[in-house]
Amino acid sequence: MPIIHYIEPNGAEYEVEVPVGHTVMQGAVDNMIDGILAECGGVCSCATCHCYVDEEWYGRVGEPQGAEKMMLEMVPSPEPTSRLSCQIKVTEALDGLVVRLPSSQY
Amino acid sequence: MKERVIIVGASHAAAQLATSLRQEGWQGEILMIGDEPDAPYQRPPLSKGYLCGERDAESLLIRPAEAYTQHGIELVSGRRVVQVDRSAKQVVMENGERRSYHKLALCTGARARRLTVPGADLVGVHYLRTLADVDGIRDQVAEGCRVVIIGGGYIGLESAAALRKLGADVSVLEVQSRVLARVTAPQVSAFYQRVHTEEGVAIYTDWSVVAVEGHSVVTGVIGADGRRLSADLVIVGIGVIPNVELAEQSGLKADNGIWVDEYAATADPDIYAAGDCANHPSRLGGRRLRLESVPNAMEQAKSAAAGICGRQQCYDGYPWFWSDQYDLKLQIAGLSEGYDRVVLRGEEQSGRSFVAWYLRGNQLLAADCINRPKEFMVARQLLARSLSVDVALLSDDAVDPKEFLSI
Repeated sequence: MPIIHYIEPNGAEYEVEVPVGHTVMQGAVDNMIDGILAECGGVCSCATCHCYVDEEWYGRVGEPQGAEKMMLEMVPSPEPTSRLSCQIKVTEALDGLVVRLPSSQY
Repeated sequence: MKERVIIVGASHAAAQLATSLRQEGWQGEILMIGDEPDAPYQRPPLSKGYLCGERDAESLLIRPAEAYTQHGIELVSGRRVVQVDRSAKQVVMENGERRSYHKLALCTGARARRLTVPGADLVGVHYLRTLADVDGIRDQVAEGCRVVIIGGGYIGLESAAALRKLGADVSVLEVQSRVLARVTAPQVSAFYQRVHTEEGVAIYTDWSVVAVEGHSVVTGVIGADGRRLSADLVIVGIGVIPNVELAEQSGLKADNGIWVDEYAATADPDIYAAGDCANHPSRLGGRRLRLESVPNAMEQAKSAAAGICGRQQCYDGYPWFWSDQYDLKLQIAGLSEGYDRVVLRGEEQSGRSFVAWYLRGNQLLAADCINRPKEFMVARQLLARSLSVDVALLSDDAVDPKEFLSI
């Protein structure tokens, strides 16, 4: 099962297994990782599951599209590798993915 | 005995409260008691993706049941709490079992308001609040099936959209002169009415149901003026009633929800309440509010968890809501109640993308954003920061919404 690394703003790191087909958001919620609120439950409506994808991984994760892209323009502290984690589906190719969580979601 | 928090209910609020208690460092026991057979699940998809079969029950779970166990949270499902004994600091379950609490959180939610006309108890009359409710509807719906939905609110309209996807023949009956009358401006109602009509839904306004017809099984509904509509299935979506009985019977104040302060605490220092069942003071116009939404449930639950752990965290966020129907993503920021004008951005009479800004004077109260996620994000910031707005800019679709924040 792919392993995803979640890094909190204070540096604390969680390493969790997330099944293929689940989203990076769901992986955080299932493991009670603070910092991914996911108020809308994964339908790209709230932007409370914002994360920064590690630069090395961004190419494999890909760019946001449509509603996600527009919402990311307006989240607090956006960065070039910002994504909404509910829109990142976990695949075998993402085994080892590193995402950082923004301080605004605490 | 280790200190124990009991959470009554297994809802969005309950799931968040349990999680937040652990995050706040609560070392004692956590016991969550829900009367439904399932672990906490997401309700919003019930009238959307779950109803039309795009999502399965497992995908609705907020997290797998094992995740609670792993974090030392005991989940008791399918068991109803019938009494809170405040003097003994115990809850009593329907089988007579008593469990003691150090702190208690009431996350009892709300239940569907029942239709009371003759025939309302016929087989084929459904409500839409729980997984079991929707399973009952799905068992009965087939292509070409005639479904009459009573109530043109969000639940009714979302259900209509989902049922059209299944090929059902759908009618929506609304007692008022327009759909969504309680929550949106006439322009937004007209927009939804148009889109639903375009999608093949028959919408009847000013239509009050006086009876449901049928012998043992529903065959139709009768309107006040004697009109009759045939139906194989009726879905009632006429609002919810907060579950306040446990609080009320134990002597806690309840009036349109269990009364809590801005820290989600009741008058009993050991009892908190959060979610659809709770009525809290709001800085929005200095009044009390009871909100029916997931973000409200989650934020209030966090305040309750903080309070239980001895840290006061004020709950005063601006509410927001969403509704997905067909290809329409509606995101609502704020509460429009009390508005004196509506400013539109984009074209509401054609197409499927516009914003309705609700204002009182030059103060923004709320925004209904239809396929306008950027404006929604901007609206939330405008509200949170109480920024003044330039009405001319709001309505000018050529101006990037980002500019609204730099006034």
